[in-house]
Amino acid sequence: MSLQSPLGRVRGLGSAKNGTHHWWIQRVTAVALLPLTLWFAVAMIKMTGSSHGVAIAWVRSPFNAIMLLLLIIATFHHMQLGLQVVIEDYIHSEGAKLVLILAQKLASFALAIAAGFAVLKIAFGG
Amino acid sequence: MSSNDRPLSPHLQIYRWQWTMALSILHRATGIGLAAGTLLLVGWLLAMSEGPERYAAYQGILDHWFGRLLLFGWTWALFYHLCNGIRHLIWDTGRGFELNIAAASGYIVGGASIVLTVIAWVASYSNMGAT
Repeated sequence: MSLQSPLGRVRGLGSAKNGTHHWWIQRVTAVALLPLTLWFAVAMIKMTGSSHGVAIAWVRSPFNAIMLLLLIIATFHHMQLGLQVVIEDYIHSEGAKLVLILAQKLASFALAIAAGFAVLKIAFGG
Repeated sequence: MSSNDRPLSPHLQIYRWQWTMALSILHRATGIGLAAGTLLLVGWLLAMSEGPERYAAYQGILDHWFGRLLLFGWTWALFYHLCNGIRHLIWDTGRGFELNIAAASGYIVGGASIVLTVIAWVASYSNMGAT
């Protein structure tokens, strides 16, 4: 006999009130990162050793700037989801766990903003 | 009797060491490594946005043998996490859990990550020679 209410079961959110959201977004960002990562790897191979001017011109191309921004968003979103799970698995003290997860999420967000800002600054010719 | 002293699952020490366990742990290890490696990407973009001098200085750091070693490790970690990530996505569809298939896909992932890393570096070095 299940002690879960019919409403609770149909909502499917569990005790953390989050359901499969974390798992699902990790998969969504993973799928997004497949083409984005391959595109980035090929671009980096082509740009190896190139000058500042060549690199700037590459980022200024609208397609490359958009792809870079997508890569940055998907990468850092996927990263903070993954690091959260690692911390939850290995850090058993409730306080340290909370502090580390918070620090990790804020750092991921800050890095994403810094990278995105750099791309926009270059793309808009700053 | 305190319940807190009981050993926690998964009792890693009682399992016979297997290739697939190493792959599983490597997925996590490369994920953590790649998270640290994003600093390289952010540094590259920021240096580029700050002008030619900063960019040249940044390239100088990566040109050092230690910088190249970091970049090489990062390349392999990226390809490993990418290939094994595809393996995980296939598992998510409920396929490939048979023991022999899971082992075989593990060998494919390990091999592919090394092959892709070598291809990327050979292509990069030949590009550098061309320009």
